[in-house]
Amino acid sequence: MSILVDEKTRLVVQGITGGEGSFHTAQMKEYGTNVVAGVTPGKGGTTHDGIPVYNTVEEAVKKEGANASVIFVPAAFAADAVLEATAAGVDLVVCITEGIPAGDMTRVYDVVKDSGATLVGPNCPGVISPGKAKIGIMPGFIHKPGSVGVVSRSGTLTYEAVKQLTDLKIGQSTCVGIGGDPIVGSSFTDVIAMFNDDPDTKGIVMIGEIGGTAEEEAAEFVKAHVDKPVVGFIAGRTAPPGRRMGHAGAIISGGKGTAEDKMKAMKAANIKVVESPAEIGVTMKAALEEAGAL
Amino acid sequence: MKIHEYQAKEILRQFNVATPEGVPAFTADEAVDAAKKIGGDVWVVKAQIHAGGRGKGGGVKIAKSRDEVRELADQILGMNLVTHQTGPEGKTVKRLLIEQGVNIDRELYVGVTLDRAAKRNTMMVSTEGGMEIEKVAEETPEKIVKESVTPGGTLEAYQARKLAYALGLEGAAFKKGVKFLQALYEAYVSTDASLAEINPLVVTKEGDVMALDAKMNFDDNALFRHPDILDYRDVDEEDPLEVEASKSDLNYIKLDGNVGCMVNGAGLAMATMDIIKLAGGEPANFLDVGGGANKETVAEGFKIILADDNVKALLVNIFGGIVRCDRVAQGVIDAAKETNVGVPIVVRLEGTNAEEAADLLNASDLSFEVASSLQDAAGKVTGVLNR
Repeated sequence: MSILVDEKTRLVVQGITGGEGSFHTAQMKEYGTNVVAGVTPGKGGTTHDGIPVYNTVEEAVKKEGANASVIFVPAAFAADAVLEATAAGVDLVVCITEGIPAGDMTRVYDVVKDSGATLVGPNCPGVISPGKAKIGIMPGFIHKPGSVGVVSRSGTLTYEAVKQLTDLKIGQSTCVGIGGDPIVGSSFTDVIAMFNDDPDTKGIVMIGEIGGTAEEEAAEFVKAHVDKPVVGFIAGRTAPPGRRMGHAGAIISGGKGTAEDKMKAMKAANIKVVESPAEIGVTMKAALEEAGAL
Repeated sequence: MKIHEYQAKEILRQFNVATPEGVPAFTADEAVDAAKKIGGDVWVVKAQIHAGGRGKGGGVKIAKSRDEVRELADQILGMNLVTHQTGPEGKTVKRLLIEQGVNIDRELYVGVTLDRAAKRNTMMVSTEGGMEIEKVAEETPEKIVKESVTPGGTLEAYQARKLAYALGLEGAAFKKGVKFLQALYEAYVSTDASLAEINPLVVTKEGDVMALDAKMNFDDNALFRHPDILDYRDVDEEDPLEVEASKSDLNYIKLDGNVGCMVNGAGLAMATMDIIKLAGGEPANFLDVGGGANKETVAEGFKIILADDNVKALLVNIFGGIVRCDRVAQGVIDAAKETNVGVPIVVRLEGTNAEEAADLLNASDLSFEVASSLQDAAGKVTGVLNR
């Protein structure tokens, strides 16, 4: 099994005719994702790369049975795109777009929560269940089907961790990039809860970074509910306070969100916290062996 | 984005947030004119830099005559102001705010920011005005009272009343306080601010409630819809290398270390800084080249990193997902040939076509240290530093 994405996913791509949307639609199809429709307002009735294009997500849901959406539209329109997908009734919305104003996201977050849909992102690489389907921009070939769940706020650092696992012949059930913004649809806690309920996920890697308190909250959850081995890393121990480190959410402000606080909370929850990002793979391997899961 | 106090107060006035009367000045003559225009017989001469603690650093002074305004303006303009937020190197004062003197009765605190855990904008008040709010939060958290605002909504009157009561406001000052807090929230939310902090918020002896100091920061992601706020940007307050980098869409932050690094992706860039430190070095910068690591961006990145004399080694760490590593390698080779690098370069390229990339680097007549993994890269950086 896996979480969020699998062979049954019927994907609609919002912004399919744009540069990013077009390129990654081809990549997702090649990986085996069932891309059933695209949406670009004004281009309804045409096809793109053999995929029917509609003016609205609602039509894509009605006519093609889309149950998941991925968003590649520019930042100024992305919040609206999430609202449209949510209103159309898809179960999963993955928002790749970077640079959405935080003020827009406070409103979107509430609407999505009330609707019961799951939003992943924004400003994220997406979700992949190796060997089944991918929704997003991650390179498929570094992944390998297996039983480790990966959840992370970053893009390339996630690829780094996945590559380490794959090189050690440890596959992944699902990898979720939750995004680097201050407000994201799914938190570490949300995703770890899903991994915890997935019988085929035997271990969990969580990769956090400075800023906010999402890692601390997840540590509380792990402490209370999770018996599967969890390996953690926090990026940004050397980052100075008050500076935004690329991601809008990666900033130590008001003395909150330091790597030390997060690592301390995670260690207290029995999470195996690695000091070096180069040790994520080997530490997971040892943890799985210890748990008798390898 | 950060702006100056006088700019924040200009914005606040547009939203009917009460502030003392004030006029910015760039020269001593302008300062005297400002004092004339404001009238009265007491003025405050305030240094305008993007950092707090200006008063303690000697950048805020009271003048009791126009001559004194001139004297103080001469003294503060051009001074190197060092505060706990500027770092030991300080900042040169180029702008002043001349403000009417105010009879302060009480000093309070109010701030609005995004509470990330609650996913709501939150206003917080405290009777401990003039103090650092982080300190208050840590030592006496019960002295901070908060109200969160429903997204898309406003700070409701009952919420403003609750906060005004918590501030101990009474009578006319209570009414003015409620209005002040609601207006402040409107100013914050309408401009897509990420922070609006009034510290201190003062009650005057005459019973007025006003923003004696004002700090506003803005969400960079929302500036596209606020061109008027973008006009307030003062590049003099930013690191020149960071300004240069932003022109090439590079995300660069200067640090104090000796190992420069160039990475794709913010998370991996931070992790690379961390591993440099673990290897015994100190990161000289954060640099995210983003998705398109090509010859031009790599060359520009080299130039910016090497403009910092402290850099003794350079680590390039690129995870090629969609980007092909062999293309990045060619970019690194070309850029290294064009730029006189002069320090050892450790290159680690992983992902798509990583082997071809390593071959290209090894075959070039430049002396790269080619690393095969993150661990290997860290070890090679240490080796280079100890040489």
